[in-house]
Amino acid sequence: MNKIFEAKDINLAGINSSLLEVNIGPQHPSTHGVFRMNAVLDGEVIVSLKPVMGYLHRNHEQIAENMSYAASMPYTDRLDYFNSMSNNLGYALSVEKLAGLEVPERAEYIRVIMAELTRLINHIAVIGFLLNDLGAFFTPVLYAFREREKILDIFEEISGSRMMCNYLRFGGVKRDLSPAILERIRGVVTAFPRFLEEFETLLTKNEILCMRCQNVGVLSPELAVNASITGPLLRASGVNYDIRKVDGYSVYPRFQFKVPLGPKGDVYDRYYVRILEMRESLKILDQALSTIPAGEIMSKKMIPFLKSPRNFKPPVGEAYARVEAPKGELGFYVVSDGTPQPWRYHVRAPSFINLTILEDMCLGQKVADAIIILGSVDIVLGEVDR
Amino acid sequence: MALAPNTSQVDDGLKNELAKKGIVVTTMNQLYNWGRRSSIWPMQFGLACCAIEMIATACARYDIARFGAELFRPSPRQADLMIVAGTVTKKMAPQVVRLYNQMAEPKYVITMGACSIAGGPFIDGYNVLRGIDRYIPVDVHLPGCPPRPEALLYGLMELQKKIDGQQIETAEWYQQGLKREYPIPEFGPHGLIPKFNPEVWQPRENDLRKERYGQPIMIGKKSKAPNLDVVAVAAAPRPAAPAPTPPPTPGIA
Ligand code: SF4
Repeated sequence: MNKIFEAKDINLAGINSSLLEVNIGPQHPSTHGVFRMNAVLDGEVIVSLKPVMGYLHRNHEQIAENMSYAASMPYTDRLDYFNSMSNNLGYALSVEKLAGLEVPERAEYIRVIMAELTRLINHIAVIGFLLNDLGAFFTPVLYAFREREKILDIFEEISGSRMMCNYLRFGGVKRDLSPAILERIRGVVTAFPRFLEEFETLLTKNEILCMRCQNVGVLSPELAVNASITGPLLRASGVNYDIRKVDGYSVYPRFQFKVPLGPKGDVYDRYYVRILEMRESLKILDQALSTIPAGEIMSKKMIPFLKSPRNFKPPVGEAYARVEAPKGELGFYVVSDGTPQPWRYHVRAPSFINLTILEDMCLGQKVADAIIILGSVDIVLGEVDR
Repeated sequence: MALAPNTSQVDDGLKNELAKKGIVVTTMNQLYNWGRRSSIWPMQFGLACCAIEMIATACARYDIARFGAELFRPSPRQADLMIVAGTVTKKMAPQVVRLYNQMAEPKYVITMGACSIAGGPFIDGYNVLRGIDRYIPVDVHLPGCPPRPEALLYGLMELQKKIDGQQIETAEWYQQGLKREYPIPEFGPHGLIPKFNPEVWQPRENDLRKERYGQPIMIGKKSKAPNLDVVAVAAAPRPAAPAPTPPPTPGIA
């Protein structure tokens, strides 16, 4: 391996010390997948940190370019395997833009409900894993996964699968929601704040959490914007940018919700912004559940293609659509050449781009803090490497 | 739970009588295997999506602790069981084999998910290994994408059955000079070298997949890029969302 850093590069003013190169990963106890960091330490302080990716490069884009449009939908589930529904939504939006499809209103509402439920799952799991990295070994994850299971039960009932839902279709959704399921979703939505209260009582003012997280891994708003960071990471730095508000895709403009911002941009803000975002998601869910209209769930134009997806040929052209996935801006760029397979298919993965900032946040921090900074960035390797 | 094939010579009725008096008659094998099967420590090692289901199995609802396998060890030296949970890419395969080599005997492997068995949905990817059993021996294969947590528990029970059947006298990890380490593949210019370990895996004579499904992926079919300049923006602009008032007939439909 190349030496990344030469000891003579640093002037330690007469102190006779040398730098230590530490390799973290790809198999390591923090639960963030097969990610490797090459850290150079001066004592306990990080002077250089290079992320090494590609251990989970699964050729998603190449495979998608050789398949019919509908066949890539299940693959998008496996991008960011915590939020399959948000990924489905991004891909469906981009192909709908390409083919000029309209989505019935009820389907739009169902999509919003599903996207917000996945946001709950994602944020709760991220906070659990963040605490895991802080040293509260596995106990917070138990609480987080208890809530996650309740939402996964709903997903399983509507889509047949717990994690890999493959529920959205171009021009609509696969199956209608029965009143019973809507009641169950409402049950989860009403019970969730109580869990959040419990979680927050234990955590938000916890002294250990505050001391470990405050003023650690500060990300300035300028740097965040210049590095095209998106998602909770950007909003924790105080930049008001939420694609649900900016683009107003789907039926989001109809709902009242706020965009929580963090004052400082440290790890604590990122934790707290996620908690607040969950509360806003609950508001959206509440409004969507009470105003969901009756009607069709599939666009008429697309119904014939449900049986024969290989005949679906969007006109020549290109389209880029993006959604506010729980991790940031998730965009799909699709170029069609008029055949059943896309000519080019590209995913703008939020966690990959958010990861580029890791070194800047870690420089000058202790090595133990690098792990929680990585945890607060919220990466999923399926999406980083694709 | 089913126990080992009972090799004891003692009559069952007599055993029951003795058990009532607080005397247990067993064989060394049974006692030893009972201890081993009830404390399988898996390695904390997730590769992809399936790892999330592995974590869910360790959590409250499914609670792998009921089977004595809740202690996920981050270090391969302390682990008995490697759950290969997720896609093994060609970049990752050498590390997986190295981790296997570092584990102490006796060691077991469960492949979790279609990916680690045979490449799963990503089988056509140029960077995806078509099954980790090409390099290391696997005890239990768990199909699914991802397998449900119940499936992982079932796989663990199958492994326990396997452990029950092992005899101390003939167990291979007690043999002298046993070294279950496998050569670590290297990342060459065209994938991994060697392509598989002939000790543990042999290629099939006929490619069943090709026979049954043909060539499912049409690689290299296209040669000309679409000319986007001459095409007017194909997609009609999405209709503007109506005013943010709720539709006239609210209520759960
Ligand atoms: S088998 Fe399916 S769920 Fe498991 S790693 Fe592969 S793609 Fe992911």
